[in-house]
Amino acid sequence: MSTTTPTAAEPTTPVGKAADYLDQRTKVGVLTKQLVRKVFPDHWSFMLGEIALFSFVVLLISGVFLTMFFEPSMALVHYENEHPASMQGQLMSVAFASTLDMSFEVRGGLLMRQIHHWSALVFMAGIVVHMMRVFFTGAFRKPRELNWLVGTMLMILGLLAGFSGYSLPDDVLSGNGLRIADGVIKSIPIIGSYTSYFVFGGEFPGEHIIPRLFTVHILLIPALLLALIGVHLFLMVLNKHTQYPGSGRTDKNVVGYPAVPVFATKMAGNFFIIFGVLALMGGTMAINNVWNYGPYDPSPVGAGAQPDWYMLFLEGSLRLMPGQTEIVIAGYTLSLNVLVPAVIIPGLLFTFLFVYPFIEAKVTGDKREHHVLDRPRNVPTRTGLGVAFLTAFIILALAGSNDLIATHFDMSINAITWAFRILFFVGPWFAFWITKRICLGLQRKDRELVLHGHETGRIVRFANGEYIEVHRPLDEHERWLRVNYEAHAPLEIEPATDARGVRRRGYKADRRWQRLSRFFFEDRVEPVTPSELEAAHSHGEHDELEPSHGSPELVSGSRSVEQEH
Amino acid sequence: MSANQNPQGPSGDLTPHDSEHGALVQADRFPDPGVHEHKPRLTDTDPRSAKRNERLIALLFVISALGTIASLWAYFAVRPDGTTEGVRLSTIALGVTMAISLFGIGIAAVQWAKTLMSNREYTEERHSSASSAEVREAVAVQFKEGAEDAGIARRPVLLGSVGLALALFPLTIAVPLVSSVGGDWNVSKFRHTIWGKGVRLAYDPSGRLIRAADLTIGSVAHVIPDVPAEERESHHWITEKAKAVVLLVRLDPRDLKRDHREGASHDGIVAYSKICTHVGCPVALYEQQTHHLLCPCHQSTFDIADGAKVVFGPAKRPLPQLPITVDDEGYLVAEDDFNEPIGPSYWERLK
Amino acid sequence: MKALAARRHHRFAPVVLLLLALLVTGGVYAALAPSPAQADTASTEDIETGKKLFQANCATCHGPNAEGTTEAPSLVGVGAAAVDFQVSTGRMPMQMSGPQAAAKPPQMDEEQTAALAAYVASLGPGPAIPTDEQVDAAEGDAAEGMALFRTNCAMCHNAVGAGGALSEGKYAPALLETSDRNIYQAMLTGPQSMPVFNDATLTPKEKRHIIAYVAEQRDGSAGGLSLGNLGPVSEGLWAWIVGLGLIIGAAVWIGAKSS
Repeated sequence: MSTTTPTAAEPTTPVGKAADYLDQRTKVGVLTKQLVRKVFPDHWSFMLGEIALFSFVVLLISGVFLTMFFEPSMALVHYENEHPASMQGQLMSVAFASTLDMSFEVRGGLLMRQIHHWSALVFMAGIVVHMMRVFFTGAFRKPRELNWLVGTMLMILGLLAGFSGYSLPDDVLSGNGLRIADGVIKSIPIIGSYTSYFVFGGEFPGEHIIPRLFTVHILLIPALLLALIGVHLFLMVLNKHTQYPGSGRTDKNVVGYPAVPVFATKMAGNFFIIFGVLALMGGTMAINNVWNYGPYDPSPVGAGAQPDWYMLFLEGSLRLMPGQTEIVIAGYTLSLNVLVPAVIIPGLLFTFLFVYPFIEAKVTGDKREHHVLDRPRNVPTRTGLGVAFLTAFIILALAGSNDLIATHFDMSINAITWAFRILFFVGPWFAFWITKRICLGLQRKDRELVLHGHETGRIVRFANGEYIEVHRPLDEHERWLRVNYEAHAPLEIEPATDARGVRRRGYKADRRWQRLSRFFFEDRVEPVTPSELEAAHSHGEHDELEPSHGSPELVSGSRSVEQEH
Repeated sequence: MSANQNPQGPSGDLTPHDSEHGALVQADRFPDPGVHEHKPRLTDTDPRSAKRNERLIALLFVISALGTIASLWAYFAVRPDGTTEGVRLSTIALGVTMAISLFGIGIAAVQWAKTLMSNREYTEERHSSASSAEVREAVAVQFKEGAEDAGIARRPVLLGSVGLALALFPLTIAVPLVSSVGGDWNVSKFRHTIWGKGVRLAYDPSGRLIRAADLTIGSVAHVIPDVPAEERESHHWITEKAKAVVLLVRLDPRDLKRDHREGASHDGIVAYSKICTHVGCPVALYEQQTHHLLCPCHQSTFDIADGAKVVFGPAKRPLPQLPITVDDEGYLVAEDDFNEPIGPSYWERLK
Repeated sequence: MKALAARRHHRFAPVVLLLLALLVTGGVYAALAPSPAQADTASTEDIETGKKLFQANCATCHGPNAEGTTEAPSLVGVGAAAVDFQVSTGRMPMQMSGPQAAAKPPQMDEEQTAALAAYVASLGPGPAIPTDEQVDAAEGDAAEGMALFRTNCAMCHNAVGAGGALSEGKYAPALLETSDRNIYQAMLTGPQSMPVFNDATLTPKEKRHIIAYVAEQRDGSAGGLSLGNLGPVSEGLWAWIVGLGLIIGAAVWIGAKSS
């Protein structure tokens, strides 16, 4: 590098001078050139990831405030302050006392605590709705499988961040949550007891867990989250954003608004709106008022002992499992009544998320890059599986709330538990089946629409007394949206034996994949082709837009009609 | 990047997925009509509408600034006195003014982007995510050259030894860390509580002693072992209490079908561990009429009149029973410690 | 029976005197004097009235002499407190059988309730209706009450008394609307599924601390709207409805094309 940029003239404005200074030292111009007018597609559902991102930013901001006043110590003190009255003189850990102190004595402290907690709930909800959008539109397909994995890991880290933070105030509610975690840890075969000692530094609850969780909550997990969010966003920019199908949108282009100004302004605006919603919630809606629960003590427990919503599925899974499944093998206890619901079921759910993109790639046999999203109806099996997954998750979360369902709907908690035990198996299967049927139905509806046009509601009567409804054909944009997809066919595999009758290696594996592929693509609705449309018109079965009729309107009925205009 | 004034023509190459599916499919597909024609907004055609929006956006920014000022006022003027009402008022004042300050900026920015900034859509080409074949070739060559420079292939001993050293060195951190965080690793502590012969039963949390005569039929008491008050202010106590809490119930002796532990009850008074055998929540919801004890965490239900056997829910084992009797002064005392580990199951529980 | 009435009369004499004073100074207020006094000045006449009421409204299930039937328990020895609790909260007389008798608008006025209580109390000794002083929240200590409440009550009634579920359709009711006197009586008599907390397991003073804690909860939550005080499940629901609702609503607006 020479002393000045070779091409640009000497800058005169202050901004120009600053840019010149920076660029001479960093070559930042090259990077910026890529970004400033980079095109981003615009759709409300593309902002769901921003919910997660921006709530995370709010979590960092409010979290810094909280660390100024929170003392992660389990030393025992008697609470000296006058308020809240129900806590005066009580024995509690310094962690709990400092939580009370920051709520009642620090101005704005309770607001920040509540903003932090609401943000955590909204953060996880944002991740879930964002993942739903990505899943149902097939945005995880090549080249974005890796980013899907990064995202799934972010979700798991979010769960851990939430659980570790929820436990920090050292109150009765979260303390019982930790105790449940301890019970789950102890159920792990062979190493359970030692893992419990590893986590708690001895027997539960001991005097180490709060400082340990504090380090996990404010250092380890946020560092990992930040690093992975960086990777997530970097890959998003590198791959360019996906776009919804539509006229002019292809796998080779991206249609949208430039980063500067429109996209960046909307994104910044969205940040302030999300922050505003969280501030409003933190200011007006009470959340986790720990003085109602009191400092941790191993004896008390409150009705409605539940974790935050994103852990409810685990709670529900534990509640549903019948106890008879604890077994003893050669004198060693295997607590399947805890292991299955708390380790194996979440393990299966997360495994499904991790492997799904690769399974789908395998059964489609599709190795191309995809940048145009699927309409969920056009991939009925995937949509069905996604809805089945959500159904299982929701049933577990509801099972985790069965006591509140019982009191609010005057039902028996035992009956509810039994209903959910059955629903956990039947519900997802039924949800899959019905969703797939709905998708196929919508696809057929699309075909119908392309072939025969919109119903106009105008009824025409013929001289012979026959009534028909006038149909209006789709314009080319409407039609393109409905025909521009690919209905994958099940995999074709090579035969078991070659021409000389020698058995082929790997045939069995291929057969298995083919069977799975049939499960995915046996039922499918092909998009309308021009020749089909042509045929539909000339057949005249439902009519046509043959220019000879001199009208843009399709007409139901088997013969030409005198048009109204 | 090009502005979409002229939508790309409906040519065959815009049909996606054409590479692998034959020309037959290719031929029988509809052409892409290209992006919609750009339609001007009201603010593009009507200067007065644009002006109105400009004023609205400016007003929103001003509202935000006023919100910030109000927030500062709330901070200094609404001093919470620590009472519930005072704290609530301060929280609401700070939260709402903060929200106004943020909403003002957010809504103004979005409105600006939507109505006044150009809404012309652009189309940008995408490029393959993969590097080109030449680049890959070049990188492969570079690595090969690097490996040759290092001479790895010729010196397998080095490769093995570097692997060994790298695999082992983390142990210097991991071993001290892991072995220190588990305390004394003496997991046999799960088996014992501070109950024992002659330890008196006391009310939780007051520590008052309990006489058998105190309990009427249908009474329930939450019980801790009697230890000096000052001992109850330590972590050691909390950890011991986590294992020792007991629920004491007086039943009509006619209702008591059996004890879980032979002879452990006293005159219809039974003492069961309050820690659930499922995952360790305090089981404390005693229903007087059915003698059922319900855990609020996962709804395991135990029948206190029938040896605390599980009648519903995810627990398998009955609650351990504390053997009790009455001493000369009429106080309830334990006869022994529990004869099995309390709380959730673990691998070596029966060993 | 007479001896019992006399002893009670003696114990609550100051209250009666106070009420008499009120009667003299403000006759209107005396008419509305709380039921404890009425129950304690139970006369034979009251007992007779109570007996008639009992036979008309309660005898079908509890038996003509309150000795109990297969349908309902014996009321001999349950005391005036139990009757006052059950009848003044509307739980008794029961309208239909179910997992448990629910609170509803009381079907008997105060005088009738007092008469019924007097009649049942005359059948055998049992807990008496507490005095105003015994249930005075101002005399209790909320911090002591908190410690007792969370050990003895919160597992069923929730940490702040918002209620909770029991097995087989039974439930522990919310306490925020319950009168202090009824809370005291419930502890003392252990209605339905609730265990008994007699004066040895929870001393009268401790009961008053608990009442003071519950009374403090009626001030609401320091953080703003209490959202039913139901804990994390309702918080999660509100995070989805209000938080995600507003934010996704805003996203749809941001993504919509301006006309």
